[in-house]
Parts: sequence; C-alpha cells; structure tokens
Amino acid sequence: MSKIIIGRYIPGDSLVYKMDPRGKLLITILFIWAIFLANNPITYAIITFFCFLAIIATGLKARVFWNGIKPLIGLIFFTSLLQLFFMTGGHVFWHWWIFSISSYGVENAIYIFIRFTLIILISTVMTVTTMPLEIADAMEWLLKPLKIFKVPVDEIALVISIALRFVPTLFDETLKIMNAQRSRGADFNDGGLIKRAKAIAPILVPLFIHSLETAIDLSTAMESRGYRGSAGRTKYRVLNWSKYDLISLAYFILLVGLLLIFRTH
Amino acid sequence: MSMSNDNAIEFKHVKFTYPDSKKAVLKDVNFVVKKGSWTSLIGHNGSGKSTISKLINGLLLPDENSDSKITVLGTNVTAENIWDIREKVGIVFQNPDNQFVGATVGDDVAFGLENRGVPRQEMIKIVRNVLSEVGMLEYIDSEPANLSGGQKQRIAIAGILAVEPQIIILDESTSMLDPSGRKQILKIIIELMKKKQLTVVSITHDIDEANMADSVIVLNYGEIIDQDSPVKIFNKTTMLKQIGLDIPFTNKLILALDKSGVSVPQNLRTKDELKQYLCQLNLKI
Repeated sequence: MSKIIIGRYIPGDSLVYKMDPRGKLLITILFIWAIFLANNPITYAIITFFCFLAIIATGLKARVFWNGIKPLIGLIFFTSLLQLFFMTGGHVFWHWWIFSISSYGVENAIYIFIRFTLIILISTVMTVTTMPLEIADAMEWLLKPLKIFKVPVDEIALVISIALRFVPTLFDETLKIMNAQRSRGADFNDGGLIKRAKAIAPILVPLFIHSLETAIDLSTAMESRGYRGSAGRTKYRVLNWSKYDLISLAYFILLVGLLLIFRTH
Repeated sequence: MSMSNDNAIEFKHVKFTYPDSKKAVLKDVNFVVKKGSWTSLIGHNGSGKSTISKLINGLLLPDENSDSKITVLGTNVTAENIWDIREKVGIVFQNPDNQFVGATVGDDVAFGLENRGVPRQEMIKIVRNVLSEVGMLEYIDSEPANLSGGQKQRIAIAGILAVEPQIIILDESTSMLDPSGRKQILKIIIELMKKKQLTVVSITHDIDEANMADSVIVLNYGEIIDQDSPVKIFNKTTMLKQIGLDIPFTNKLILALDKSGVSVPQNLRTKDELKQYLCQLNLKI
C-alpha cells in the first residue's frame, strides 16, 4: 500500500514551516485582502515583490508553485481576456463588433492576471507548508468567536479532523472495490464518457455502504471511550505561537503601509 | 446466587431484543466473570456474542419488560450510570481502522482522556506511558494510514489503558490480524492482565485464543449452553461440532489418533501433555 498524502503538504523545515498555522491562515487571508488595495503599477509591483519573498522563504522549488498555478491557468487567461476585450474607456486601440481593446482594458487585464496569480501563489505558500490537520486546527481557532452564536465549533472541528483521518482509509477501500470489480471483468478505462460514468456506480454504492458501516462502528467506539459531546473536553493537541509569527505580522504591516502610501487615492 | 465482591461481571436472566426485530438475540443469559480472570465467549456468527459485550458497558441496555440484571463491579448497569460503567470497562473492537479516532497515534490514545477532561500536562505523560507499555512509543506522531492492523490494535489497547479500566473486552479484536499480529496482541494482553490485575473478556472465533482463557462460555442462538475450563469444553468435541465451532488442533489430533486405534487417556489434554505421551508411546513401540 502506498503512502497517501492528503492535500499538497510537502515536508520541510524553513522559516514558513516554523510559523503557527493560525498565523499562516490569518496572514494568508489578510494578504489576499491586501492584494485588492493595489491599484497602480507601483503598488502591484510592491505586493508582487512581497509575495515572491514569501515564496523564497518557504525554501521550496519553483516547480511546486507552478504546479499550484497550472490547473487554473486557463481560467486566469479567460478572465484576463474578458477584461481585455470588453472593458471600455481610455484610448481605443482596436474595435470590431462588440469587441474592443482599450487602454483601460489592457491595464485591467494585466491587473486581474497579477491578482489571480498572487492569490494562488500565496495560498499555495500556506497549503504546501501546513498539514491539512493544522489548517483544520487553525480554522477551528478562527471560527471560535462564532460560539457566541451557538455554532458548534468544537464538533465541526472534530468532524473535519475525522474526515481528514479517514481519507486514506476510504481511498484504500476504493482501490479494493475497484480491484474486486476488475477481477470480475469490469473495465474502468475504456469506452466513452457515458460508459465510464456507468462503471463508477458499482464502485460508489459499495463505497457508500462501507462508509456508513465505518461511521456506525466509529461512533460506537467513540461512545464506548466516553465521548459525550464537546462540553468539558480538554485538548491534547495545541498550537503554539512563535517569534516567526511576529516576524510575519511585521512583514505584513510593512506591506500594508507601503500599499497605503503608494496607492492612488 | 448472592452478590459476591469477587465478581467483575454478573448477568442474570438477561434478555435482549434489537428494536427493529421481533426475535430476541439473547434469551435468558446467566453467567459470572470472576475478577482478574480471563473469560472467553465462543459461538458462531449471530449467537449474540457481540451483543453481550455491548451490554456490559451500556452501549446497549437489556429489554425493559424483563427481569434482566447486569452487574459490573458491583454496580447495576442502568441508563443513568452508563458513563460511570464506561470508566471501568474498555472495549477493543474488531476493525482496527473503524475505532481509530485521532489523526495521529498520540491523538488517538489521548481521545479517552480528552473526553474525561484530563489536564494536558497529565495527558502527555499518560499517553507516553501507555504507548511504551504496548511498545508503540516511537510511533507517537505516526498517522494511522502508515500502521499495520496489529499496530492499530495495539494503539486501541493503549487508548483504553490510558483511562485505567478494570475490565477489558476484546470483541473479536484479533480476527482481522495476521497470525503474528494476533500473537503479539494476546501477549500484550496477558502481560497487562498480570501487571494491572485486569479482568479480560475475549469474544473470539479463534480457538487458540479461547484456549488461553480460565473459563470458556459457549453461546448458541442467544443461550449459554456451557461454561467450563477450556480443557473440558474442548473435550466436548461432539457438542462443538454440532453447533458448528472449530476444535483446537490438539483435540483434532486426539480424535484422529482415536480413529486409527490409538486411544489417548482422557486426562491428557494440553499440547505438552500430549507431546510427552506420544513420545513415551514411541518408546514403548
């Protein structure tokens, strides 16, 4: 059985890895917000520079980040082209039917392109350096204020952590079912789209039944080990803030300061 | 039968019917498990073995309109005190994967402690202690996907030990393991049983596992048809065959010897005794 890695986490030991997942998640969200502060060439250059510094700080190969962008490259170009052809205003370079290329269009197309790419890059920085479980923990922390509105944050966190823990288990089960079907002559790789889609049903049904059985077993085990809701529970796994979180906070404040100074008002 | 303090578990006239069925799974079950003993429950599929384990720690409660009475360590099991009972009874279930709650080994062992609100500093100490007791300390940060079935069962045992129960139920805990994993689990249980004066109830299909018990209970269609020492139970080969249970290799050999004209004396029933007898027999010939 091969080791299955959930998410895109790549083990490492650089500066970014030493940050608390809560800090990383928070800064990532704020960084995405800061991207929208940029509104002229200087501010876009600043934020791009800061983003690339963060990438370098991960100590990972450029290919990792390229892999993050690759699946979305079509969408990025499509959105940029829409801006390019439909945005009007400023000097018009070219015009045909409903399409036109204007100076505003060109400018906006480039900005949209940069924005999209930066959002993907900065979220890749987080997802490749943080384990899914840590991200879940960080999300739990972020959602904590919702407890005031009686949102069952602890239960949601437990559900997410169990879901993550069972991904490899269900993956193994899927392989087992597929092999069982193959050994009886099922063919998952040939035929048209409809034929292939039909071949999936005999995998999904047993998989679904299996996960229900697992859920029943697991709840029995949890109950027999004394689980009775989140009230009064203590936590084994805790997150610890480090000095690296302060560094990244300072880094972010510097970025926002520069953006606020140089953006067009 | 008066209430005795030597008994870890007492079942009196226990009747149980699943809500969606008319037929009772357990009809009138009576048995006693002595403190510090190892009792094995054997029976074919659907004989009610697992139902008994769930009744012991209150995962199920016996039929209301019956005079069923279950006593665990002197306390009558009722809907009100099931959580107190669960403090004292730990179950290791059959499927190693379906009882692994935590994302890592450490998290899983700590699950029961978290539920009981144990302070974190104490938890860390206990987790390390119980993991070394089952020989899995080096795996504390491992994820379940990277562990074998036997290793996961060891973690399950550690998770139960962490909350210091007095009774451990093995609900077909070794049935999904390979022979070496099975041996290891049983070895650990025997060691722990001696060290911590645990009472062990093992529900099993594995005849060799049942053979290790002090007492064997034979279950057939919701009724106890026999309770005795393993030596005596496994001598009743006709009864076991009738209800579709396997018999240990030693007993099979004795039967085969009998057929071919070599009758082994009734009192020689363990592997070693038989070995010695056959060696002596060889000398005589």
